[in-house]
Amino acid sequence: MRNVGIVSFAQSNARAEVRNEVEFLLPVVKEAVARSGMERTDIEFTCSGSSDFLQGQPFAFVLALDGVGAWPPIKESHVEMDGAFALYEAWVKIQTGEVDSAIIYSFGKTSPGDLAEVVALQLDPYCVTQLWPDADSVAGIQARLFLERSGKSERDLAEIAARSRRDAQDNPHAVTKGDFDVEKLLAEPYRTSPLRDHDCPTNTDGATVMVIAAEEKARELSKRPVWIRGIDHRIDPPALGVRDLTSAPSAELAASKAGVGSDKVDFAELDAPYTHQELILREALGLADDLRVNPSGGSLCSRTLFSCGLNRIGDAFERIAAGDGDRAVAHATQGHCLQQNLVCVLEGE
Amino acid sequence: MANLCGVVGIGQTKYDAKRIDVSMPGLLREAALRALEDAQLTFADVDAVVIGKAPDMFEGVMLPENYLADAIGATGKPLLRVHTAGSVGGSTANVAMSLIHAGIHDRVLTISWEKQSESNAMWGLTLSPPFSVAVVAGAGGYFAPLIHAYIERSGAPEDTGIRTALKDRKNALLNPYAHLKIPDIDFEQIANSPMLWDPIRYLESCPSSDGACAMVLAKEDLAEQAPHAPAWVHATAMRSEPNQFPGRDAVNPQAGRDAARDLYKQAGIQNPRQEIDCAEIYVPFSWFEAMWMENLGFAEESQGWKMVYEGATALDGDLPVNMSGGVLSSNAIGASGMIRYAEAAMQVRGQAGEHQVDGARKTLGHAYGGGSQYFSMCIFGADKP
Repeated sequence: MRNVGIVSFAQSNARAEVRNEVEFLLPVVKEAVARSGMERTDIEFTCSGSSDFLQGQPFAFVLALDGVGAWPPIKESHVEMDGAFALYEAWVKIQTGEVDSAIIYSFGKTSPGDLAEVVALQLDPYCVTQLWPDADSVAGIQARLFLERSGKSERDLAEIAARSRRDAQDNPHAVTKGDFDVEKLLAEPYRTSPLRDHDCPTNTDGATVMVIAAEEKARELSKRPVWIRGIDHRIDPPALGVRDLTSAPSAELAASKAGVGSDKVDFAELDAPYTHQELILREALGLADDLRVNPSGGSLCSRTLFSCGLNRIGDAFERIAAGDGDRAVAHATQGHCLQQNLVCVLEGE
Repeated sequence: MANLCGVVGIGQTKYDAKRIDVSMPGLLREAALRALEDAQLTFADVDAVVIGKAPDMFEGVMLPENYLADAIGATGKPLLRVHTAGSVGGSTANVAMSLIHAGIHDRVLTISWEKQSESNAMWGLTLSPPFSVAVVAGAGGYFAPLIHAYIERSGAPEDTGIRTALKDRKNALLNPYAHLKIPDIDFEQIANSPMLWDPIRYLESCPSSDGACAMVLAKEDLAEQAPHAPAWVHATAMRSEPNQFPGRDAVNPQAGRDAARDLYKQAGIQNPRQEIDCAEIYVPFSWFEAMWMENLGFAEESQGWKMVYEGATALDGDLPVNMSGGVLSSNAIGASGMIRYAEAAMQVRGQAGEHQVDGARKTLGHAYGGGSQYFSMCIFGADKP
């Protein structure tokens, strides 16, 4: 495998962006390209992630391409997935030896619709979607099963929320942040029992951009190169009654393939939009109980659907590049109840 | 290209307007199981699945691959979902091939599909971009002005499209999977069919189909052991260009020309017209055959229509095009690009039955999408590259 490094990263998050996708994506692309030290036209491959259903019309990515720039014509691809999976495709492209550099972008504008209802369209279209189980209710089923199986309490979940919101204070891109008292959080009413508002993600609009390069170029462009040491993704069956919802076998498998357990990690950025999912992922990835998770505040405090997985990887990259840790796990998820999971291991030089 | 990739299994569904005999999972399994059977493999032999389709709104299911994961044998495996507009069937295969070329996996299953009867693709293809007038006319409304521009530039006779449609509709009669089969088809029938989007007549247009196409890809040593001769991947290329800017030539797009040039260079092809034995290209409206002949470098600019006129692209011509009946005869949108690849691969494997081109050793698969702005291409060979 070729050594691939993350060269630059940029993101923007804001609740209810008034601009359209192209307008809010463009400045983030410019920022990431400027930080990379490369010219846009020197970056050899482009890959993006987005969803038509968030935009409410087909071909969300077609107009975005106009904003990103594709002239002269570029080598380009798109996944209808989180940007983390676009990163995977770009990483594969570099592994083929055809290119040495790539730009990855993703964006999501969820504010115009009711996101929890929109994503009900990911469920079984013949038997389940017609019941319109919103995403928070589906997550609530998983949370209930997990608490019963693990012996964890609603207080444990509230503590995760309080910790995440506290950590998010240092993250300019986080939306929900501050000092919150666990007792007060627990006094709030349920949203979907056993989940309260603080257990559920704060959804935002935004865009995320990353530039990666093969070893030689990454060294040339980085003060402290940050390498993608392993990256893998796996999927579980979709039906809510088929798999054990209190576990994430696909995350466990992806973590082992990505080499998470081969050495100690300093922190983890997990795409856990619901508090209980952090605990499920900690188990699946075999992370130590005292390992620092989501120093950025994570997807709980700021989630741009289809970008938040790539955000976790970018947040981990920035922390390592700044010298706050040497080895980290970053994770992205997609589908209901952690159905599909991508895990990557980042390491600073 | 460090690692060689061979196509060892190909499976297609019967294409039809409404496949109400199967669910979405059933449709994909039909293609996947046929491809696995061709390769004499099972889902357990597959390391990863790459799936593609056009907009989710065509069925009204968001990220349907998540719902389909276990039905297509992806449980516990990497599953990637590609979406590059109409070119998606081609680019999905290209992404799957890159997993083999990169040495990441040994065997990859790739599937492209569309079940248009679940929803309404005409609505799904009608964009309403902010601050612009919506062209409430589907794909034909978008492409008709480009065809007019081509006719004006090239001076092509006005029956070029009819002749192309007649050829493809006759070829479809030889293809057991084709959706539209009109046994007594003739020139007059096409010429007299209703004008939908001038100059595109009803019988010069693609149908709306349900269907899926699957391929099993394998690395070199496993491809050599396959029960049927593999189709070796000689080159792949993808290019994209913006939808709108004043310098763009949407009739003969730079992205398509660049992709073709890159493809031939990788495959060591000097003269594509002589060296490629036959081609399956994405022609959703009849006139695009002539247009893409030029874009792909088979004909000089403004000369593509002559290939249609001279019969060069007929099944017995010097460069048969769309031997399967093409997109004009079966259009499960997300699958249409992969069907082109599959048919091109079948030709070098000698699997194409009644529409087999004798002695096909090197073939081209092609797909395009968006406003003629996304291109995916592949060269297959009977021999290793």
